[in-house]
Amino acid sequence: MTDHVDIRAAAPLLPLCLKDVVFEVGPRRIIDGISMRLDAGPRTVIIGPNGAGKSVLLRLCHGLLGPTAGSITWNASEVAGGPRRQAMVFQRPVLLRRSALGNVTYALKLAGVPFGQREERAMEALRKVGLGGLGRHSARVLSGGEQQRLALARVWALHPEVLFLDEPTASLDPGATHEIENVIAALHGAGTKIVLVTHNLGQAHRLGDEILFLHQGRLAERAPADRFLKHPTSSEAAKFLEGELPW
Amino acid sequence: MNSVAEAAGQAFALVATADPKLVDIVLLSLRISLSAVLIGCVIGLPLGAAIAVNEFRGRRAVIVILNGLMGLPSVVVGLVVYLLLSRAGPLGSWGILFTPTAMVIAQTILITPTLAALSRQVVDDAWAEYREQLRSLGETKLGAAPTLLWDLRFSLVTIVLAGFGRAASEVGAVMIVGGNIDGVTRVMTTAIALETSKGDLPLALGLGFILLFIVLALNAGAYVVKETAQRRYG
Repeated sequence: MTDHVDIRAAAPLLPLCLKDVVFEVGPRRIIDGISMRLDAGPRTVIIGPNGAGKSVLLRLCHGLLGPTAGSITWNASEVAGGPRRQAMVFQRPVLLRRSALGNVTYALKLAGVPFGQREERAMEALRKVGLGGLGRHSARVLSGGEQQRLALARVWALHPEVLFLDEPTASLDPGATHEIENVIAALHGAGTKIVLVTHNLGQAHRLGDEILFLHQGRLAERAPADRFLKHPTSSEAAKFLEGELPW
Repeated sequence: MNSVAEAAGQAFALVATADPKLVDIVLLSLRISLSAVLIGCVIGLPLGAAIAVNEFRGRRAVIVILNGLMGLPSVVVGLVVYLLLSRAGPLGSWGILFTPTAMVIAQTILITPTLAALSRQVVDDAWAEYREQLRSLGETKLGAAPTLLWDLRFSLVTIVLAGFGRAASEVGAVMIVGGNIDGVTRVMTTAIALETSKGDLPLALGLGFILLFIVLALNAGAYVVKETAQRRYG
């Protein structure tokens, strides 16, 4: 796809390096000294029990939160005020009171795409997620699954180098979940680095190349998905997989 | 009781025959209040949105003051505008005291805090929901304010109506700065006050009916617009 070129001409955004990252809210330490490196390529899935700090870690990486201590550095920094080269999909998509198409063209406007190209690019993205026929529909009256696919179309149109997803299928039925997973796999196929937080071990298995297991704000284990799911090495991960920890 | 019924009958006749004097008063009232609402919206809505999405020192104090100004007594606004615009006042050279322009200024001052405070409230609530998503997409705070105002356009209709209602029904400020001059600055509310004190109940009642009808009709219209839009846009 030729239109990938405009955004990827600069030095690649990845790898992303976290060094001794701590995040505290008041006296509570939510992220407790995480150091890791995320490289382009493999799909990274973050799992762990409730309150382990998964969503916070994602927001720290994406820049929505700043660390209390430690450093988070990208290989190339994004230009301040320029188009973002990374994107995030939330558990509940926030859609504007506009048409589905209008939601995507709005994101393209923020990314500095010229007016004349926005609609065509947006329609292409909507077709990719199977919403080609719903472009003129109001975004907020779409079904839950369609809304999440629209959120993914909005991201797809931007061709981000990295996509963070925070439990994107947590409130969807199996059919809609399947569709979302297909879109995520297709985005990965188009060259976007996937970093996904999920509670669903089946999804971790289907979408993950590597697993990061978080426990009480620490990175307890990092391993290829197959090995982690069959033979976790840390005792916390083993307990989590056996269902002994709440999740 | 009979005199009231009689007055009501005469009032209906005035309305039904579109009495020219009554029509002039109604049109002037609408022109002044709608101008004030328009100017109030241009200032108040962006101001409310800007306060909602920005964090700055003294933000809480600004919000408390803004909310407090919603209860601004109209006679006080009238008095202040009167002092500013009177011959000896700092803006006396403008020569606009006792003109419709002065009345627009007074009503604008009266309703702008209401428009700003109420829009600050709805934008604040929406910002809590949208902030992460908009920041993720690379939206700046400067750009987020108009985006949120547009997204909340159906809720803002009610706020704008509240502003119009206050402007159109207010009597103290326009009485002081307009002077209630027949054919020049006489509006529905000041005319009602005057005619009542003179004992000319039919005209007062007729104007009362019209004022009530306009406010009710606008609210009904806005309600329909809002309901239809919410069904369509979610």
